Amino acid sequence: MLEIKNLHARSEDTEILKGINLSVAAGEVHAIMGPNGSGKSTLAHVLAGREDYEITEGEVTYDGKDLLDMEIEERAAEGVFLAYQYPVEISGVSNKYFLKAAINSIRKHNDQPVISRSDFVSMLKEKLALLGMDKSMMDRSVNEGFSGGEKKRNEILQMAMLEPKLAVLDETDSGLDIDALKIVSEGVNALRSPERAIIVVTHYQRLLDYIVPDKVHVLAGGKIVRSGDKSLALELEDKGYSFLNEGSEAVAAS
Amino acid sequence: MIATENDAYQESFQQFQSEQSSTAPAWLAELRQTAMNRFTQLGIPTKRIEDWRFTNVKSLAAKPYRNVQSISLSGGEAEALLEKAKLDESFHRLVFVNGHFVSQWSTEHELPEGAVIGNLASAIREEAGDLQNRLSVETDDEAAAFIALNTAFVNDGAFVEIPDGVTVDHPIHLIFLSVEAGQTASHPRNVIRLGKGSRAAVVETYLGREGEGYFTNAITQVDLDETAFLDHHKLQHEQTESLHIASTHVDQKESSEFRSHYFSFGSLMARNEINLMLDGEQIESTLNGLYMPTGEQLMDCRTRIDHARPHCNTYELYKGILDDKAKGVFNGKIFVHQDAQKTDAKQSNQALLLSDDAVVNTKPQLEIYADDVKCTHGATIGELDENSLYYLRSRGVSKDLARKMLIFAFANDVVQGVEIPAVRQHLETILLSSHGLPDV
Ligand SMILES: Nc1ncnc2c1ncn2[C@@H]1O[C@H](COP(=O)(O)OP(=O)(O)O)[C@@H](O)[C@H]1O
Ligand SMILES: [Mg+2]
Repeated sequence: MLEIKNLHARSEDTEILKGINLSVAAGEVHAIMGPNGSGKSTLAHVLAGREDYEITEGEVTYDGKDLLDMEIEERAAEGVFLAYQYPVEISGVSNKYFLKAAINSIRKHNDQPVISRSDFVSMLKEKLALLGMDKSMMDRSVNEGFSGGEKKRNEILQMAMLEPKLAVLDETDSGLDIDALKIVSEGVNALRSPERAIIVVTHYQRLLDYIVPDKVHVLAGGKIVRSGDKSLALELEDKGYSFLNEGSEAVAAS
Repeated sequence: MIATENDAYQESFQQFQSEQSSTAPAWLAELRQTAMNRFTQLGIPTKRIEDWRFTNVKSLAAKPYRNVQSISLSGGEAEALLEKAKLDESFHRLVFVNGHFVSQWSTEHELPEGAVIGNLASAIREEAGDLQNRLSVETDDEAAAFIALNTAFVNDGAFVEIPDGVTVDHPIHLIFLSVEAGQTASHPRNVIRLGKGSRAAVVETYLGREGEGYFTNAITQVDLDETAFLDHHKLQHEQTESLHIASTHVDQKESSEFRSHYFSFGSLMARNEINLMLDGEQIESTLNGLYMPTGEQLMDCRTRIDHARPHCNTYELYKGILDDKAKGVFNGKIFVHQDAQKTDAKQSNQALLLSDDAVVNTKPQLEIYADDVKCTHGATIGELDENSLYYLRSRGVSKDLARKMLIFAFANDVVQGVEIPAVRQHLETILLSSHGLPDV
């Protein structure tokens, strides 16, 4: 579903991604771990289409199409979703209007009829319940005045409403207590299906107890320095990222 | 040097005075003449005057405008405009065409005992309301040329007198239409007084026909006695070749409340001044404004608040949305006089620039002579927030709709401050059509 080849990205003068290779098949869940500043969020935003980054080399194929050639909204309409590490507050736009605008924009792109009012309302009600959110939040401005945890839940609510094919969750677990973590994980797991792929960016093994990954990658210094199965996450939990130096040498030597 | 550009005004003034000579009382003829002399002395403001620095009014104001002495309501144009201006049938309505009251199009619903909602020309004839003293507006300031000009031509407008303790249930809608062909000028004067504890809402709508540019030069005077409350709205929808200059002068007594909602959409050049004199304690005033120039429009919004006495609160929020080559000016003066301890004055103005060619000049001007006061002001000028646009787009919302959502969101809090449903809905519709936010 997603094929990233030798991806290099820079912001102004700094090269942040230095040759990422990653292949994610439909139905799979991949975890990307790594120290702060290693480029995890940059990778996530490059996939979503943020215009701050310049792609200097490499390619990204999504569903057989050139992802890097697509507009931001086109990517979303084609099923790419990014749950932000730092969700944006938008004063004066209600969550409800925003969600409906998003759903219908995506439907319009895919030549589908707009969602009926009643379908929208019942779908929203169901997803709110799934995430333990109060419906009064939907009349408030997007993320405005939301706590850290509420913002993260709201990201997952949007994901649940938009039903993407490729979801990238950028540190969705940070700022969540254990109960919230469980709820959010259930929300994510509800979306797991053979047609969908999920990339979970996280610092902590903890989240991966609930969202069990098929593969785990370590991103350091703008490159994927190790890949493995879920046991790699446990190893990282154990030893930290100290082995990375040998690891990257090993990669460089190979 | 100023003689030539004023010629047209001089000429139409002579004509106006002679036509009025048989009907106008002597004091009025004298008031007009004194004001005309002051206007001649001041001349049309140049950019050298600080308060006109960003608003080059010369070329528009120096056109040979014709003062309309009598109106013909044939042709249906005026009626069509009136239909556009109407907001709600339950409103009391006074209609003025080129500055003249049109009684057959005005509606006055049942009013409480003693309340008057009428026109100024009749009030002058009937010697009502102490007008001899009230019609002169101070023109000492070098920037006051158009105030003098309005007084020189003072003739008609709204006359609203609400006695003590009376609540006027329905809003009073004042509609000013420019209908006559050619380059016309009108100088409406509205005189509003609310007695102790009275409450009323006023909506002023300005609208004009398509075609050649015209000139509206309006003044509204408001007197609020103790604990009176006026909710004032102004909807400036003049045709986009026209010149609109207006000032609202409010005198507030103890514990009164004044709210102003100013919405500026039309005109080629629109300058609106609101002057508040807080002459009592425990006064509250709110000044909200939204101006949305596009194309080559210039909108100049000015407010001046004089905190003369202690314990008064004023809140001010002005927002501008500027597109194309539009220009905006915001000037907010707040004077806290020596006696005005415990003043709480908040001022905020925010401008959103939608194009690289749009400009806004904003100047908060606080002068504080008391030591125990809370005064804050903030000004922001920005573009649409890139992060917000990205966030919306990354959820599938098109760039165009994302922009509209953010523009609407920016303007909406000023609109939501309007409490009269028919006025608020009218504004929402305009926001939706000019910077359209579709039903999604
Ligand atoms: N827009 C940007 N402009 C400049 N530098 C950036 C930008 N985004 C990220 N960086 C830098 O790139 C590096 C990687 O950041 P990021 O992708 O946020 O890392 P992570 O998510 O792994 O913590 C950091 O050094 C960060 O400061
Ligand atoms: Mg990050």
